[in-house]
Amino acid sequence: MSQENKDVLYGLYDDEQDLLKAVDQANASHLDIMDVFTPFPVHGLDPKLGLAESRLHIAGFIYGAIGTLTAFLFMTWVFTRDWPIIFGGKPYWSVPAFIPITFEVTVLMASVGMVVTFYTICGMAPGLVSPTLDDRITDDKFCIAFDVTNAEEADKDKIKGFFTASGASEVNMKTI
Amino acid sequence: MSAVVSPIREPLIQGGKTYHQITEDICSPTERTPSTAWVLAFIVAVAGLAFYVFCVAWTIWVGIGSWNLNRTIGWGWDITNFVWWVGIGHAGTLISAILLLFRQKWRTGVNRAAEAMTIFAVICAGQFPLIHMGRLWLGFFIFPYPNTRGPLWVNFNSPLLWDVFAISTYFTVSLLFWYTGLVPDFATIRDRAKGIRKKIYNFLSFGWTGSAKHWQRFESLSLVLAGLATPLVLSVHTIVSFDFATSVIPGWHTTIFPPYFVAGAIFSGFAMVQTLMVMTRKVLKLEQYITLGHIESMNKVILVTGTIVGVAYLTELFIAWYSGYIYEQFAFYNRVMGPYWWSYVGMMSCNVLSPQIFWWKKLRRNVFVTFVMSIFVNIGMWFERFVIIATTLARDYLPSSWSYYTPTWVEVGLFIGTLGLFFTLYLIFARTAPVVAVAEVKSILKAAGDQYVEPNAKHYAEAAKEVETTH
Repeated sequence: MSQENKDVLYGLYDDEQDLLKAVDQANASHLDIMDVFTPFPVHGLDPKLGLAESRLHIAGFIYGAIGTLTAFLFMTWVFTRDWPIIFGGKPYWSVPAFIPITFEVTVLMASVGMVVTFYTICGMAPGLVSPTLDDRITDDKFCIAFDVTNAEEADKDKIKGFFTASGASEVNMKTI
Repeated sequence: MSAVVSPIREPLIQGGKTYHQITEDICSPTERTPSTAWVLAFIVAVAGLAFYVFCVAWTIWVGIGSWNLNRTIGWGWDITNFVWWVGIGHAGTLISAILLLFRQKWRTGVNRAAEAMTIFAVICAGQFPLIHMGRLWLGFFIFPYPNTRGPLWVNFNSPLLWDVFAISTYFTVSLLFWYTGLVPDFATIRDRAKGIRKKIYNFLSFGWTGSAKHWQRFESLSLVLAGLATPLVLSVHTIVSFDFATSVIPGWHTTIFPPYFVAGAIFSGFAMVQTLMVMTRKVLKLEQYITLGHIESMNKVILVTGTIVGVAYLTELFIAWYSGYIYEQFAFYNRVMGPYWWSYVGMMSCNVLSPQIFWWKKLRRNVFVTFVMSIFVNIGMWFERFVIIATTLARDYLPSSWSYYTPTWVEVGLFIGTLGLFFTLYLIFARTAPVVAVAEVKSILKAAGDQYVEPNAKHYAEAAKEVETTH
């Protein structure tokens, strides 16, 4: 993300249905939406915005697989190479007894890895201040934002026209 | 509205709420000065916590000898309390993870508080294995770290070590799941707050903006975490049951333990959720979000799991008789008729008989009955663990070493003290975080709010009548 300030022109809608219709209209009139902000996940919005499915779960699978291998191979190494001990007359390499810990470490690695990845790719961290457009976005407003940093006046007017036509309850400009 | 509204489902959000009212209702308790009731409850809880700290200090200073354990009965109130708390800690993840996978919308009203309860209960549970080691400062020996003794590793084949991994994984995953769900709601509070509160909630909300892509990743993360937490929650109490089931003590060495422990854990967990929810909804005036429908759903779970537990108790008795093995038969005869018969009676009446009143819909939807029942179940499930642990150990193979065990004030103090710890944490949570998941409740408003459900139900009823009259 660039560090320079952006001029953002945004409109607020009162209902997610209005928002979905407005996004369709924006797409129809070839307006380039910067981002959409909502107080809760609005279903059906992602395909309209052309957002590809998140690949977070693939990352989760990889972390989990690393966890499985780490736990299982480590226990194998300890009990067959490093310090073999017989417990209860069982073989050194007593695979069934390794299953609980292997499972737990798999879940642990997958979960921790995914959560860390989630915050990293979303650019979130404890104490981080992200500029927000409007305080009511986390309450009851649905927001469509356009980046108008280098836009012509005519383009801005076109966007404003779109907001009025699509029933935005408020249109504002903010530099973030 | 184009949202899909089922005409037959009971509305989950009452009072014709708008999005803004939902924010207002759920966030405002964190913004008010605490009520007298809260302050009094907090003082009592902190007093309990202080007593807990004292009892732990006493145990460490004097040693485990300050407890009444003896050579025959090596586990008493300590491990009973541990299993009891871990069991309670199962409802939160069950509600948030399993019900998420099953797409149960009523989950949204109670999942936040239930998950918080889970985390606090696991914190309480984790105390006991550490304290009962006696030498608390050597507690890190349980982790497999490279050491100067060889390195001599921990025993990966021991269920006690599996427990270390299970409980710490469960705690970590529950905490991450809960906190990630809280982030958007902390952002909601942040955007309402001013001054120092804004700074604090800004820190807690990690810079959440509500961008569409973030929500998409958030949902993907929640779903996968739920998918991981579901087998995890089942594995944790299974492994706790292995602590007993893999031993060769008659009465413990049974294959029924894992499913029976898991059902018991869900049972006691839901009971504790009910105890807390009945109080929370009343004090914070959240009756329109945690409705009688929610309470009824949870009472149904209590009825089912209580009955499963009952079947398990009877199966155990039958299998003991059927095995033809006299030590096993004696262990169970002793449980029912031995010196601890009273704890068996307590367990049976609280866990199996009393929940049967929930076959009646009227009682399932009665808040007072629910509260009393939830306390009954909490007590009954404590007795269950006591029956399994102390009763079984008191009568071993050698009659000359038979013994009886009553706790000292330190052991009782540790139990009461963990209740203090638990309620201190819960009361702080109820003051500082939204106890109902704000964003999740908003996302089901169009499908489960009464202003949407009721007209639709009426419409369907009228349409059905019309069809009847025309045919």
